[in-house]
Amino acid sequence: MTVPEEPVRLDIADDKDVVRVRQSVRLAALAAKLSLVDQTKLVTAASELARNTLIHGGGGHATVAQVHNGRRAGVRAEFVDTGPGIADLTLAFTDGYTTGNGLGLGLSGSRRLVDDFEIETNPGGGVRIAVTKWAR
Amino acid sequence: MDRVPVLKIGEILLVSIQIDLDDQTAMQLQEDLSDRIVETGAHGVVIDISALEIVDSFIGRMLSTIAAVSRVLDAETVVVGMRPAVAITLVELGLSLNGVRTALNVDKALAILARARQIRGVGLLTEADHAVADE
Repeated sequence: MTVPEEPVRLDIADDKDVVRVRQSVRLAALAAKLSLVDQTKLVTAASELARNTLIHGGGGHATVAQVHNGRRAGVRAEFVDTGPGIADLTLAFTDGYTTGNGLGLGLSGSRRLVDDFEIETNPGGGVRIAVTKWAR
Repeated sequence: MDRVPVLKIGEILLVSIQIDLDDQTAMQLQEDLSDRIVETGAHGVVIDISALEIVDSFIGRMLSTIAAVSRVLDAETVVVGMRPAVAITLVELGLSLNGVRTALNVDKALAILARARQIRGVGLLTEADHAVADE
């Protein structure tokens, strides 16, 4: 098993930080040799989740890391905020449901774009979402 | 702040997005384009997204809004140059780009706009003909 490269931690406090997260995820996806379509899916999911961290979580941070599972390489991106949390997860994952003024595709859509999707939330206790995409 | 330039070529406005768009720049582009449509009386808008590595829900919504607003301002919008990987991702994300016309390249977009113009021209002519016939 290869030792994963050093994870990158990025603050998410404004619009520009969302762009920085996308660029960092793109670099990691290139390094892990994800296909172009998989890179695009992962970066798009990261963009949605970073925006959620900013808008719904009131800011937070992302950690981007290359990961390995046997011979498979992948990229894991984690998004953490200390905002109000998500009261109803089932509702939050419904296509078209939104508490902001977006399209309501951020959570449900990004889950479709990645291989693994973990979410932890406590009402009043913030949100932690980790996504992973593996090279094929 | 970054700003996306809006170029006027004849009666068409051309926008080529060459930067990684943050949300604020996207909103600014939406406003700039609406202003320029009214200012110039352009009848068509071509938005080249061939340099965009992703289109997420925010940028997708921006494209839909631009298309809707420009239609209200009497201009058609055509989005060109979407990368195949972006198209696949958009569909999987669940974005339908409602009301947005797309073309593979600028040439095809210009042809679509010219045809739309012609059909509307014919429509006007027919109305005028009717007016003459009524007299």
